[in-house]
Amino acid sequence: MNKIVEIKNLSKKYHTKDGEILAIKDINIDVLKGEFISLVGSSGCGKSTLLNIIAGLDKESSGKISFDTENPKIGYMFQSDCLFPWLTIYENCLLGLKIQKQNTQENQNYVLQLLKKYNLYEFKDKYPTCLSGGMKQRIALIRTLALKPDILLLDEPFNALDYQSRLAISNDVYDIIKKEGQTAIMVTHDISEAVSMSSKVYVLSKRPCQVKKIYEIKLENKQDPISNRKDKRFMEYYDKIWKDLDVNV
Amino acid sequence: MSKEQKNYLNKIKKNRIFTIGIQILIVLIFLFTWQILSDKKIINPFIFSSPKKVIETILSLQQNYQLFSHIFTTIYETLIAFILGISLGFVIAILLYEFKTLAKIVDPFLTMLNSLPKVALGPIIIIWTGANTKSIITMALLINLIISIITIYNGFLNTDTYKIKLLKSFKANKLQILTQAVIPSSYRTILSSLKINISMSLIGVITGEFLVSKKGIGYLIIYGTQVFNLNIVMSGIIILIFISFILYELMNLLEKKLLKEK
Repeated sequence: MNKIVEIKNLSKKYHTKDGEILAIKDINIDVLKGEFISLVGSSGCGKSTLLNIIAGLDKESSGKISFDTENPKIGYMFQSDCLFPWLTIYENCLLGLKIQKQNTQENQNYVLQLLKKYNLYEFKDKYPTCLSGGMKQRIALIRTLALKPDILLLDEPFNALDYQSRLAISNDVYDIIKKEGQTAIMVTHDISEAVSMSSKVYVLSKRPCQVKKIYEIKLENKQDPISNRKDKRFMEYYDKIWKDLDVNV
Repeated sequence: MSKEQKNYLNKIKKNRIFTIGIQILIVLIFLFTWQILSDKKIINPFIFSSPKKVIETILSLQQNYQLFSHIFTTIYETLIAFILGISLGFVIAILLYEFKTLAKIVDPFLTMLNSLPKVALGPIIIIWTGANTKSIITMALLINLIISIITIYNGFLNTDTYKIKLLKSFKANKLQILTQAVIPSSYRTILSSLKINISMSLIGVITGEFLVSKKGIGYLIIYGTQVFNLNIVMSGIIILIFISFILYELMNLLEKKLLKEK
């Protein structure tokens, strides 16, 4: 299998008035094509910084990130759906294409096709305020997919949703990602979300952020995320990761 | 429509009629009391004038002093100052937003200028730009510009950081971030700054006309004071109240219309 991203000995230092902070220390991650990887860690451990560095929004202090293509296209999704309220759903989906000057007929057709496929076509001329939180998050995913990214970065993508929609949307988003054959890295602090969605879970330590353990998730009968939660081995993984995280309340 | 819905709508309508009714009543009582006090000589009619006198004066002002050209001059100057203030304010706010260091450098100066009573600069402006329309508009700009810059700039700063991050993840350049995220999300702030700006412009123009002018409502008021004709002064003030009300309402309508279109 070919590696899409290879992260080698990556470290990140921050400089503040009070001194230097080592946020990320010596991280190594390989991502294969079609994989769904989760990074689990307590809040503030530097997970989001790691994603920012992969996305090219932040710079590493040392180490290296290499992609298999020269100009990798990266899709980034955040906690907030981040739809622009002054644009229609369709215009929101075209935003990335417009910025990159790729708003061609062909790409527009691709977006329309995605909207149809995931039952959002009828809302295309409505504004985001008309939609539910879950729908907005699906639109945000389509906006990201419109650019045909090589890799998807998901930064706690379901955090802003209530528990029920969170489960439902994680199912939907997982379904879309798999159907479109995407490779994804998801950052989360929700262990069950990570175990139920990913093929591999990286447990990250507290500051400085280091890889503590890697779990290859092998469920007895891997299905969609909601069903996976009922799998026999689900709790096993959950307990192990819980212990690794060493949560002190 | 259900009965409850009808009742609800009726209630809203009644409340609105009541509010407007009371407002009209307040104005009438005020005018009536003013007239009576003046007629009975409880207040000195020479200094306080009276509603009847004001109406007579306004009618005669048109014949003797070309009232409309004064009104026109004031509105014209206000609109020029308004347009200049908003466009300059917008451009400077963009510069401050794009060049953060520049913003840091000018911050204390903006604060100082903002809290300085601009009237104090009046005499200097007259000497520098001469006693003409230019100095009146300069005066108005001094009053409306700083507040426009500050309002619009703060609007820009309040742009959701995730929206900017999203555009950056699309590899957007600075101009694209500005036109796609920063300006559109400050749309409401910019529109409401129009309302502040029009009021500030009128204040500036009248202040300017007080200091130097041969025309305008501000001039009429000062002229009335100088010849001790308080009827002219009162009429000027009343006309000014109408002008400011109409200009403000126009901005209100403009704001509502533009917000609907978006």
